[in-house]
Amino acid sequence: MTTSSNPLRDALDRRLPRIAGPSGLVIFGVTGDLSRKKLMPAIYDLANRGLLPPGFSLVGFARRDWEHEDFAQVVHDAVKEHARTPFREEVWAQLAEGFRFVPGDFGDDAAFETLRTTIEDLDKARGTGGNFAFYLSVPPKFFPLVVEQLKKHGLSEGPSDSWRRAVIEKPFGHDLKSAEELNQVVHKVFSPDQVFRIDHYLGKETVQNILALRFANTMFEPLWNRSYVDHVQITMAEDIGIGGRAGYYDGIGAARDVIQNHLLQLLALTAMEEPGSFHPKALVTEKLKVLAAVQLPDDLGAHTVRGQYAHAWQGGEEVLGYLEEEGISPDSKTDTYAAVRLTINNRRWAGVPFYLRTGKRLGRRVTEIAVVFKRAPYLPFESGATEELGENALVIRVQPDEGVTVRFGSKVPGTSMEVRDVSMDFAYGESFTESSPEAYERLILDVLLGDANLFPRHQEVELSWNILDPIEEYWASNGKPAEYAAGTWGPVEADEMLARDGRSWRRP
Amino acid sequence: MKIDLTETTSSRINSALIEGRRAIGAPAIGMVLTLVIVTDEGSAYDAMRAASDASREHPSRILAVIKRPGRTPRDRARTRLDAEVLVGSDSSAGETVLLRLHGELVNHAESVVLPLLLPDAPVVVWWPADAPDNPAQHPLGRLGQRRITDASAAEDPVAALGLRAASYTPGDTDLAWTRITPWRSMLAAALDQKHSKISSAVVEGEAYNPSAELLAMWLADRLDVPVERTVSDGPGLTAVRLTTADGVICLDRADGALAELAMPGQPDRHVALKRRETSELIAEELRRLDPDEIYRSAVQFGVERIMTGERAKAAKPEQRPEPEQEQESGQQQDQPRQDPASAAAPKPARKRTAESKK
Repeated sequence: MTTSSNPLRDALDRRLPRIAGPSGLVIFGVTGDLSRKKLMPAIYDLANRGLLPPGFSLVGFARRDWEHEDFAQVVHDAVKEHARTPFREEVWAQLAEGFRFVPGDFGDDAAFETLRTTIEDLDKARGTGGNFAFYLSVPPKFFPLVVEQLKKHGLSEGPSDSWRRAVIEKPFGHDLKSAEELNQVVHKVFSPDQVFRIDHYLGKETVQNILALRFANTMFEPLWNRSYVDHVQITMAEDIGIGGRAGYYDGIGAARDVIQNHLLQLLALTAMEEPGSFHPKALVTEKLKVLAAVQLPDDLGAHTVRGQYAHAWQGGEEVLGYLEEEGISPDSKTDTYAAVRLTINNRRWAGVPFYLRTGKRLGRRVTEIAVVFKRAPYLPFESGATEELGENALVIRVQPDEGVTVRFGSKVPGTSMEVRDVSMDFAYGESFTESSPEAYERLILDVLLGDANLFPRHQEVELSWNILDPIEEYWASNGKPAEYAAGTWGPVEADEMLARDGRSWRRP
Repeated sequence: MKIDLTETTSSRINSALIEGRRAIGAPAIGMVLTLVIVTDEGSAYDAMRAASDASREHPSRILAVIKRPGRTPRDRARTRLDAEVLVGSDSSAGETVLLRLHGELVNHAESVVLPLLLPDAPVVVWWPADAPDNPAQHPLGRLGQRRITDASAAEDPVAALGLRAASYTPGDTDLAWTRITPWRSMLAAALDQKHSKISSAVVEGEAYNPSAELLAMWLADRLDVPVERTVSDGPGLTAVRLTTADGVICLDRADGALAELAMPGQPDRHVALKRRETSELIAEELRRLDPDEIYRSAVQFGVERIMTGERAKAAKPEQRPEPEQEQESGQQQDQPRQDPASAAAPKPARKRTAESKK
C-alpha cells in the first residue's frame, strides 16, 4: 500500500483509516476462551469500524465435528455476547460469508490438506490474495507441531507477492533456554519479521499513551531522570485467583506469567530513551538498549519477594487459599505474588530503583506506573506546615479507570500555612474508552497491516528471561513463598523489602 | 444537575456552572473543547442529542445558542437571555448550557458565548441548518477554530456547496463531506489493490444529496478523469463506478447498509457501508481540528465541472428505463436530471423532504 501509487490516498487526508489489504486469519484452537472472548469479538468490531478489507475471511481449526454453519453460529454467539460495538446485520452478513471451519487434530495430515484447499478456495472466492495470518491460540507445547505441519503442507509460504504470518501468545517459554528453543522452532518456518508475539498490554491505549506523554510534551521529560525521580513503582494487581487455570499456572507463577512480559515491557517504555522515530526498528532498538541495561540486586534475598495467597475473606466473599485450589499440590511453591527491585545502568537512571510487583487475589484489579519524585531539597515553611506533604508523583493508570494522575502539594484553605497532597486527574477512561479500540482489535489489525511496533521481538523476550532467570533460580533453591491473606496488598515481606530502602508501596 | 436561569447574564451562567460542578462533587472535568451549536428551537433537540452522544468520545462544554427573535414587534423589542445549565448525569459527559436568546440579543449572540468558552480549549461552531454564507466571517464563527456546516440541510444543497467553496477558510468543514468518509476509505482500499488505469467515473445517488456531488468532485480532483453524477432513488449514495481498461470497479450500495464491491478479475465481495447517525459524524469531525486540505481541494474543484444528466447524455447517450411515476415519496418527482423531458431544468430549488437529508 503505497500512497504514491494510489491517487485516492494522500498523507493530508487523515480521515481515511488504515484498512488492511486483502487477507484472512486462521485461528488454531478456535474453541478456546481467548478466541471466543477476545479474538472473535475483536474481528467483528474491526469489521464494524470498517477497518477490515472486503473479502476478509476467518478460518477456524479445531478438533470439533463442525460444519461451517456451526462455526458461524459459535462466532455469532461470541460476538453477540462480547463485542463492544453494537451488533449490525449488514456487518455480520459481510463477515459471515468468509467463515470456514476445518476440523482436525494438529497431527492430522488430511486436516492440514483441507486447510490448504480451504485457503486456496478463499483466494478464489473471496479474493484474499494468498495473504493469511495463522493465530496459534494453543498451548505452547503444540507450537512446534503446528508450525511443522504448516511448513509440511506448504502453508507457511504463499504465492509470490503475498504474505504468511504467525501470531503467537504468551508464554514465550518459561526460561531463556525454552524461549530460545521456541524462537528457533518458529523462525525455522516463519522469518522473524513475520512472527507477531501478542502482549495484549502493548495494544492498550494507555500503554501507547506512555510514549505520547513522554515524547509529545515538554513538561515531563526534563524531570524524567535520576535528578528528580526518586523511584518508580510498576504494579499489576489482579483480584481474582487462578480460577480453572491450575494446570497452566502451577509451576509457572506470577513472575513468569506477568513480570517477564507485561511489567518488563512497561518498564522498557517508561525508562527508554527517545527513539529517533516510531519506525519499528528505532523503537525496538531503544527498548532493547534499556532492557540490556537492567541490573538485578546483588542480594536477591533482600530485594525480591514472592508470596502465595492464603484462605481469607476478600471483598465480602470467603475465598480459598492457593494451596487449597483444585489441582494444586498442598506443597506447591509456585508464587502468586512477586515483587522485585531492578536498577537500570545508564546515565539517566543510575541509582533509581524500579520496583515491580504483581499478584493474584490482591486488593483490587489495577495496573499502574507510578513515577515518584524526590522531595524538595529545602522547604521554607514552618515546621509542621509540610508534615502531611508526601512525595510528588505522576501515576499512569493503565487499567481500569485509565488516565494520568499528578500528585503535588497545595495549601489547605485557612489562615495558617499548611500544605497537603492533592491530585490532578486526567481521566482517559471515563470519557474516551467508549470508542477507543480494544487491545486485541488494534493488535489483529496491526498483524494484518504488518505493523510490528506493538509486538515484542524475540530479542526482547530473550532479554526479559535473562533478567528473570536468576531470580527464579534463586527462589527455587531458597526458602518458600511468604503467605498473604487474599484481598490484601501482598505479604508483609514486600513492605519490609521497601522499608529497607526507606520507601513504601503506594496503595494503588 | 439542572439549573434554570431566566433573564440572566453570562457571568451568572458561569457561576451556575461552577455551582453545578461543586454540587455533584466533580471539581475537575477533562473537557477537551467547547462546542457551540447555533440553531433554532426546531432543530435544537436533535442537534443536542447528537452532540451529547459525541461528547462521550470528546468530553466538551456544549453551548446551544437558540435564537428566538420573537414574532411581534413587542417581543422583538424586549431582549432577554434564559439559560438551562446541565452538569453531571443530565449532560452526558461534560457540561451543557442551553441559551435562549430573545429579541435584539439574537444579533449579539457572540457577546453571550464569548465569556462561556473554556479556557485554552479549542472552539467548534456547528450550524445544523441555516448556516451563514460565510461561516468564518460570522460573529460566532469567528470564535471557532472549526466551523461545521451541513449543505444537505440547505434549501439548495448543490448551490450551498458553491457557497462553501467560495467562502472556504481553513477550519471549515461540512457534514456532507463527513458522510462520505466510509465511501472514500473503501474506494481508496479498493485502489490499493492492483488495477489498471482509470478512465472515467460515475457517482450515483439520490437527488439533493450534496454528498454525491462532493464524492464526484473528490474523485475528479484526485483521479483527474471525467466524473458523471447520476440520480437514483437512494437512499443516499447508491453506487460509484470507476471505469478501467480491464473493466469496471464498482461499489454498489442499494439498501443504505450493505454494499457490494466488484473488481475486475476478483470475486464480488460484500462490505458493510452503513449510513451513519449525526452523532457519529460529529464525533468524527471533532477528532481532528486542523484544516482539512482534502475537503478544500474537493469542494473548490467546482460543482459545475461535474457532468450531470444532460451534459453526460450529450457525451454518451444512455437510456433510463425507470418510469418516474413509480416513485412513492414526493421529493422524487423533483428530479429533473433523471427525467429526460425536463432536461433543461437542473435547478433543484424545491422543498426537500426529510428522507433525502442523509
